[in-house]
Amino acid sequence: MLARFAIAALAVFASFGVAAAQDGGKVKVVASFSIIADVVRHVGGERVAVTSLVAPNADAHVFSPAPADARIVGEADLIVVNGLGFEGWLDRLVKASGSKAPVVIATRGIKAIKTEEDHGHGHKHGHGHQHGHKHGHKKSSKHDHDHGPSDPHAWQSVRNVMVYATNVRDALIAADPDGKDAYEANARAYLGDLEALDREVRDAIAKIPEDARRVVTNHDAFAYFAAEYGLQFMAVHGLASEAQASAKDVARIIAQVRKHKIRAVFLENISDERQVRRIAKETGARIGGTLYSDALTGRDGPAPTYIDMIRHNLRTLQSALMS
Amino acid sequence: MIYDWLIAPFAEFEFMRRALAGVLALALGAGPIGVFLMLRRMSLVGDAMAHAILPGAAIGFLLSGLNLFAMAGGGLIAGFVVALTAGLIARSTELKEDASLAAFFLISLAVGVTIISMAGTNIDLLHVLFGTVLALDNETLLLIAVNSTVTLVGLALIYRPLVLECVDPGFLRSVSRAGGPAHIAFMALVVLNLVSGFHALGTLLAVGIMMLPAVAARFWARDITAMVFIAAGIGTTSGFAGLLLSYHTGAPSGPAVILVAGAIYAGSVLFGRVGGLVWNLFPGRHLEA
Repeated sequence: MLARFAIAALAVFASFGVAAAQDGGKVKVVASFSIIADVVRHVGGERVAVTSLVAPNADAHVFSPAPADARIVGEADLIVVNGLGFEGWLDRLVKASGSKAPVVIATRGIKAIKTEEDHGHGHKHGHGHQHGHKHGHKKSSKHDHDHGPSDPHAWQSVRNVMVYATNVRDALIAADPDGKDAYEANARAYLGDLEALDREVRDAIAKIPEDARRVVTNHDAFAYFAAEYGLQFMAVHGLASEAQASAKDVARIIAQVRKHKIRAVFLENISDERQVRRIAKETGARIGGTLYSDALTGRDGPAPTYIDMIRHNLRTLQSALMS
Repeated sequence: MIYDWLIAPFAEFEFMRRALAGVLALALGAGPIGVFLMLRRMSLVGDAMAHAILPGAAIGFLLSGLNLFAMAGGGLIAGFVVALTAGLIARSTELKEDASLAAFFLISLAVGVTIISMAGTNIDLLHVLFGTVLALDNETLLLIAVNSTVTLVGLALIYRPLVLECVDPGFLRSVSRAGGPAHIAFMALVVLNLVSGFHALGTLLAVGIMMLPAVAARFWARDITAMVFIAAGIGTTSGFAGLLLSYHTGAPSGPAVILVAGAIYAGSVLFGRVGGLVWNLFPGRHLEA
């Protein structure tokens, strides 16, 4: 009995990082935040147990891990992160937890939008500069600790999340080869849903009059959505939600809103809304509603899954910009 | 040209006018408070009290979101509890006031951080830490204005015992029992000002607009009354100039205000009439002039 256990344990150790040390038959996947977790849940289906480090409705920019998080990471078979410098706290957490699980970067192969400056104070006007710059992230988890030169909010484009899903599928197959067929089938179904969602967004945006396609948000999280679907976003704060606004930024946005007669400004679920409310009051623009940028809501909220989130944002944009 | 630089930002944008009103009201109340803190050798107490307030405000925030009254109320309660208990212990035991304050603000901070972590959310609390002077709504402005009014009236009421306690506490104790109550009232005013500063500039910067004008004023007057007026003047000037700096250069607004106050302090250290470095080094030449 003991010998058998020892052999089994050896086998597990020998194959760390490749075969899954399975617990209750499920592959333990740790995702950095709620949107990644949702993608993993869809592709992994029944075979995986997903934990999200940053809770729904919480802000990954200012997340600080607790010891319990290190334990979760330590027990993981696979760690999936967004990359592009979004999870600056992750390297230290993985090191501290002693985890040997492979770290998969979901944005691998995505055309990253370059930012003009680190922590830019919202100088970007949505259409962002799209250099055809492939981000060949190395397999090691060494990436920038803060928002580097690339905008990390890649999931705002449904096309990009289709890349996420493929990356997650390949990583799951590598970690748990027995589930290959299941993962491929799940991924195929999910990619189909995303494809339909992508079309839905394009159709809906096309119906919004072109001169009304301008919006103001709190932090600069929608550059990918803007580039993919042709909307203009202006943000009070820069890429990182914690950057402080200057009087110059706020004045510039107010001037823009007045000049272009922008009709609606939007709140976000993870951040302080006082600044956006002030801008709305001062310009007469309406509060168009809440957009979900960097985190899903809980089960009862309007955006419990990624697809729900995009649909919710789309409906909110539509109703505010078309009226 | 001068109009464009100094007036136009405020004429054009309402949020600039609101920011100016908030910062001016804040500086008027906080400057005099800072002078008394400095004279009582409690310059760093403001910093400690700001930490003591923070958990209270954070608890209020967690209980009812970005509700001004919950956050201000939580901050006030936490600040009063710390100031009162520290004051009582200082007056009834051997422990000095700054030492007991240090103990209490650390306890308060630990309690706050624990509660925030246990609640499990980490909504952008940095915005709670650093107030948004550019997004002052009516309630916040009203809160700041009420606090400043109460501060100035309160200071006028306890002015005599407060000045006496700064200058000669032994004499005050021999002629009157007003020292203790005056001190407690004064600490309450400190807390009040930090709470309103916290909504305009954020906790750390709230201490800045309280202490920097006060320590700068020390270089311009020997008389307490004059010092109080100079501190209020330096505070309001920094508020005005800091907002313009933020408007024209794009520097974040809260730090910009404090940086201007810091520059005035540096200038005062060098050129202040009372004990400024230049006057100390070259007394003869300046006396001739």
